Amino acid sequence: MTLLKNGKIEKDSYVDCSGKEDVATAGQIIISYKQWVAYRDLLSKKNDRLGIKLLSHEKPDLIATDLEYFSLIALEFPSFADGRAYSYARLLRDHYGYSGELRAVGDVLLEQLHFMQRVGFDAFEVENDDALEAWKTALSDLSVWYQTTGDGRSSVMQLRHKID
Amino acid sequence: MYRYDEFDSRLVNERVEQFRRQTIRRLNGELNEDQFKPLRLMNGLYLQLHAYMLRINVPYGTLSSRQMRQLAHLARTYDKGYGHFTTRQNIQYNWIQLKDVPDALGDLAKVEMHGIQSSGNCIRNVTSDQYAGVAREEIQDPRIYCEIIRQWSTLHPEFSFLPRKFKIAVTGCKQDRAAVKVHDIGLIIRRNNEGNEGFEVVVGGGQGRTPFVGKTIREWLNAEDLLSYLEAILRVYNMSGRRDNKYKARIKILVHQLGIEEFRNQVEKEWQRIRGSQLKLPQAEIDRINNYFAPPQYEKINDQLELLKKQKADSPAFSDWLKTNVSDHKASGYSIANISLKGPDLPPGDITADQMDAVADLADRYSFSEIRINHRQNLVFPHVLQSELIELWGELSNIGLATANIGHVSDMIACPGLDYCALANARSIPIAQEINERFQNMDKVHNIGELTINISGCMNACGHHHVGHIGILGVDKRGKEYYQFTLGGSSDEKASLGDRTGKGFPAEEAADAVETIIKTYLETRNNNERFIDTYRRVGMKPFKVALYDSP
Amino acid sequence: MPQVIIANELKNGFVVFLTEANHWSNDIDEGAIAKDVADAESLLKKAKIAEQNCEVIDPYLIEINIENGRRVPTEYREFIRAHGPSVPIPS
Repeated sequence: MTLLKNGKIEKDSYVDCSGKEDVATAGQIIISYKQWVAYRDLLSKKNDRLGIKLLSHEKPDLIATDLEYFSLIALEFPSFADGRAYSYARLLRDHYGYSGELRAVGDVLLEQLHFMQRVGFDAFEVENDDALEAWKTALSDLSVWYQTTGDGRSSVMQLRHKID
Repeated sequence: MYRYDEFDSRLVNERVEQFRRQTIRRLNGELNEDQFKPLRLMNGLYLQLHAYMLRINVPYGTLSSRQMRQLAHLARTYDKGYGHFTTRQNIQYNWIQLKDVPDALGDLAKVEMHGIQSSGNCIRNVTSDQYAGVAREEIQDPRIYCEIIRQWSTLHPEFSFLPRKFKIAVTGCKQDRAAVKVHDIGLIIRRNNEGNEGFEVVVGGGQGRTPFVGKTIREWLNAEDLLSYLEAILRVYNMSGRRDNKYKARIKILVHQLGIEEFRNQVEKEWQRIRGSQLKLPQAEIDRINNYFAPPQYEKINDQLELLKKQKADSPAFSDWLKTNVSDHKASGYSIANISLKGPDLPPGDITADQMDAVADLADRYSFSEIRINHRQNLVFPHVLQSELIELWGELSNIGLATANIGHVSDMIACPGLDYCALANARSIPIAQEINERFQNMDKVHNIGELTINISGCMNACGHHHVGHIGILGVDKRGKEYYQFTLGGSSDEKASLGDRTGKGFPAEEAADAVETIIKTYLETRNNNERFIDTYRRVGMKPFKVALYDSP
Repeated sequence: MPQVIIANELKNGFVVFLTEANHWSNDIDEGAIAKDVADAESLLKKAKIAEQNCEVIDPYLIEINIENGRRVPTEYREFIRAHGPSVPIPS
């Protein structure tokens, strides 16, 4: 598994505890929503940076008022065909104003990186021998977009009518 | 007609090259079928019973003669010399080879066409009224908004992996020829008291295993809010639509399970949040696209009623064609001519490459180079001088395309069925052809009057059987093909779903059953009452008695 | 009941059958016949290798009857796959 972040391969500085019984109190960890509910008091006092992983049926509304505690939100793609997290990402970025790391985890396909990046993901856990090459290909395939998705890229409509 | 600008062209060309690279990776083994399948589907490439099948979008059913010629070229160069028009105003090629698909898509891009999102769980080709822009009672040409939706939905990063496919239809008329009430979203253009344009928005209609007539979610939506409202509906659906069971994954099930009130509340909440965003449609964009759909330069001329009357008297065959295949045009002196692809010789919706070329030439001569596809799998010439109708009819007769049966018994909708389709349980085409054979006598056909028969080869209902006045559903019963009947379906502004008559009939009795139903109707109708009206008046009982000898 | 392997060829999509010589033929009558479970497993194994080598897609066994020396699929769907649409190709 490789972590691609902002177009570079990075070493993951978080330890994923989301599948474990207990939560470590020291170090940078990723917890599950279930753990957050159970250990909220303990975890909210932690000094280290905290990440949370939401499963595909866990809508971001669940943590909307707690976003200040998280420097990373991982959204799960249980299968590449399950596209719920695309909308979750947009809600987190556009509606809740979340600006920390937004990481795509699970069945993340090369061909989807571009879509994911456009809706607000900036980090991706990918299973690919040459993740960097994959990233470059994915981003260079298409240069035209009709949609405005808050990623700063101009839509065709904006370019046509010279709207900012 | 809409023409691509530099942005539209660049996107389609980049997409072709992307698919070319993906195809090469598949052919040389870098991608396995599981990895490649979603990529090819997003470009309209299926694997069917005999071969790959490529589905090409005809956006809102509008084609130029140049595009039709290119479709003929594809049929000849990469397929077996024919194509099949579908109930979603698209065209399918049944024998295309994977190695040729990138080239075929490249050829299509040259005439501003593509197969993007003609398959997959994404927003599909937007469909519309085949009489858009020329119908007399039309409020506004729906293709303007179809094109806006086409662009917004193309490679939408958020909505490319929905729970299930998503179909949108738009009409600008009260009279609904686009079946908008059996779409995931149906848009009906309205004009309010202030003279502004807007939409009634219908949601949650659909056919398939669990059919529903759509429900109105908003009586009025301002035109500038179209995309933000669509985006709100799609977002709610994408997050909450069921993903555990593909037969319950369409938006109709979500709307049904939540109830329209709750669904509306969720959509409203999301919409209020994004309404003022960059999704607001600039008037400049509406105007830009509107300009492309400006009507052609019609001759200023009166209706030619006297001339047509004389020509009708001279030729009963022309008179028949005029009665069934020709409709009123908004410009005086012009008519809309329908070209039936339901003749006795070819499967419903099929057309040969030579016929496509001939149609393109005729469109240049008689219809300002414009052709439409309707959802009943026929072609339309939208602007024909009334004084030239007889010439056009003669030319169409020469190429076997002057069958006078539009909206009548032999103008059947039929899916490809088990002869081609990997999902089908039973064949559709041979049943449709047998029924067609039984109704070759045009006097008989015209006496029966307006009647739609729709046949599907499986529950997925691509042949629209739920909304046929007579619907036929092919099923597999212990390895034998059986056909179940429904009566009373309709996809127009008074949309209704058909009722099951009872147990199905084996293939060899299906056409007999149709004759029995029609005979019963003829014995039961009042004067010139249409089949659907007779059925709505008398109900199932007499038909049941006739079909099964018992009520 | 005897069986043969049916699949689609990757590069063109056409229906093919696995032959005795471990090739793929468009003609069902050239298909290698599995008479028992052991035969069937052995054919399927070869077919799966061809699938991995990106020669064919979705190979599987279908049941056939032998009628006048010809291989006739018992399922109508497979009969149509083997012989093409039951209606003439438009021309």
